[in-house]
This record gives sequence, C-alpha cells and structure tokens, in this order.
Amino acid sequence: MSLSDKDKAAVRALWSTISKSSDAIGNDALSRMIVVYPQTKIYFSHWPEVIPGSIHIKEHGKKVMGGIELAVSKIDDLKTGLFELSEQHAFKLRVDPGNFKILNHCILVVIATMFPKEFTPEAHVSLDKFLSGVALALAERYR
Amino acid sequence: MPENSVSADLQTGSDKMVEWTDFERDTIKDIFSRIEYDVVGPAALARCLVVYPWTQRYFGGFGNLYNAAAIKGNPMVSKHGTTIMHGLDRAVKNLDDIENTYTELSVLHSEKLHVDPDNFKLLADCVTIVVAAQLGKEFTGEVQAAFQKFLAVVVSSLGRQYH
Repeated sequence: MSLSDKDKAAVRALWSTISKSSDAIGNDALSRMIVVYPQTKIYFSHWPEVIPGSIHIKEHGKKVMGGIELAVSKIDDLKTGLFELSEQHAFKLRVDPGNFKILNHCILVVIATMFPKEFTPEAHVSLDKFLSGVALALAERYR
Repeated sequence: MPENSVSADLQTGSDKMVEWTDFERDTIKDIFSRIEYDVVGPAALARCLVVYPWTQRYFGGFGNLYNAAAIKGNPMVSKHGTTIMHGLDRAVKNLDDIENTYTELSVLHSEKLHVDPDNFKLLADCVTIVVAAQLGKEFTGEVQAAFQKFLAVVVSSLGRQYH
C-alpha cells in the first residue's frame, strides 16, 4: 500500500493546514493515548507522573510531531528519511511496534476533532496510509 | 491476518458479563442521544469504504462505488449506514447483555453475509472518527475510552457466532 502522488499531495496539503497546531495535536494525541490505551504508560515510567496534559506529555508531544514533520519532508523515501529515528526506537527506546498503530489512531482522532471539515474521507485514507508508512519505516531497524 | 485496527480486543467468556462504570453508561447513552443516526451512519460507512476499499467486497450490489464522491452520494450506502446505527442502538439499549442481543446478527454476518470479522473493527474505527468530528473538544480521552470499549464489545459480540 505505497503512497501515490495523490496521497503525497493530500498529506502535504493537510499538513500545511494542521502544522500550526502541531503542539496541541501532539499533546492531545499522547494525552488521549495514555487514557484510552493505559498499557502505553509503561514507556513513560521514568517520568514522575504520567497524566494527560502534563509538562512531560507536552514536551514529548512536540518531539513526536517533530518526527511527523520530518516524515512529511521525507515522504518520497520514508525508510531512508527516518533511518536514525528507527535506530533510536529499535535499540534505545525499544517501543513495541504495535504501539505505533495505537498512536497513529489517536492522531487521526485528534485531527478529526480539530479539523472536521478538512479531514474528509479522501484526506483520511491518504493520511492513514502515510502514518502506516511512518510506522513501517520506524520499525525498519528492529530486526 | 494482520491487525488492521486498534479497537481493543475484548475476550468475554459466556460466564463473564461486561462491567460498565456509571461514567461509561452515561457517556455511551449521551453520545447516542445526541448524534443523528442518518448522518453519522452514512458518513461512517462511506468513510470505511473509502479508507479501507477492500471492504467494498461486501457491497457488490450497491452500484457505483467507483470513487469517494460516488460512495458518499450512493443512496444504498446511506441507507445501510443508517441501518447500522440502529443496530448499534440495540446494543446501547441492552448494555448488560450485548452478546445475546447480537446472537442473530452474528449468525447473519457469518452465515449469510460472510463478512470477515476483522472488518467490524475497521468500521468501528470509522464510527469513532465520525463521532469525534461531530463532538469536537467534547470527545475527550475519557469519552473516547468509553466509546471504544462499547464498540469493542459490539465487535466481539458480532464475531461470537462465527465457526
């Protein structure tokens, strides 16, 4: 399910609309994730507290959305573009790749709540394909 | 079969009832009292057919599903979307016994419609996204958790009679 030119154009267009809210999106997506999928909290056990909207969540949300922004810029070759991030997730963070799908879903839900008009089914399918591609690229170096 | 969606997998044995907190009950009933079935249903089904195009295999008799515009404007898709919402309504009205409420529906989807039960999760995710778009800020993490738990029970119950 590789990205067509139409998909890439749709992702770039949607990103240009939502990117100014990327801090808020990151905060909401992560806050939501730890509530809806509490098992994901285990990856943040080094924080003093793992609660929605905390300073740690906000900072981490910015990091995650920075990664998404990088991915948009490398949309023509996600595997190469996200190589270092994949190494980081594989060898240092060791996040089970099943969780990428979980966070992707939360990002989609947040975008739906914040940008209902722009998040048409056509935009949704392209973004879903893109985020799936990001997840795949992030898992590339795992084994 | 690769996991295509993230709605939680719920394993409810026949001797175990799903337990709902007051918050979950109130949230689920509140959502369903506020949404318009003939808006959310058609939007969710159309979105599913666009985002996960292989689900179109079950709608061969629906005519033109050629592109997103055709799917969105297709009257059979709209009608069926509304039917689905009324099906969910039955679960809302029988929260403490969704499994038995859905026995016949499960048999129907398995024996007559031959729907891959993995697809129920895909539609559930689209329902979540459409409801999220409708409720906006009010679709908080806690509300999402309750709503997705409900949909997970529905999905599990629909798959129970498959053999």
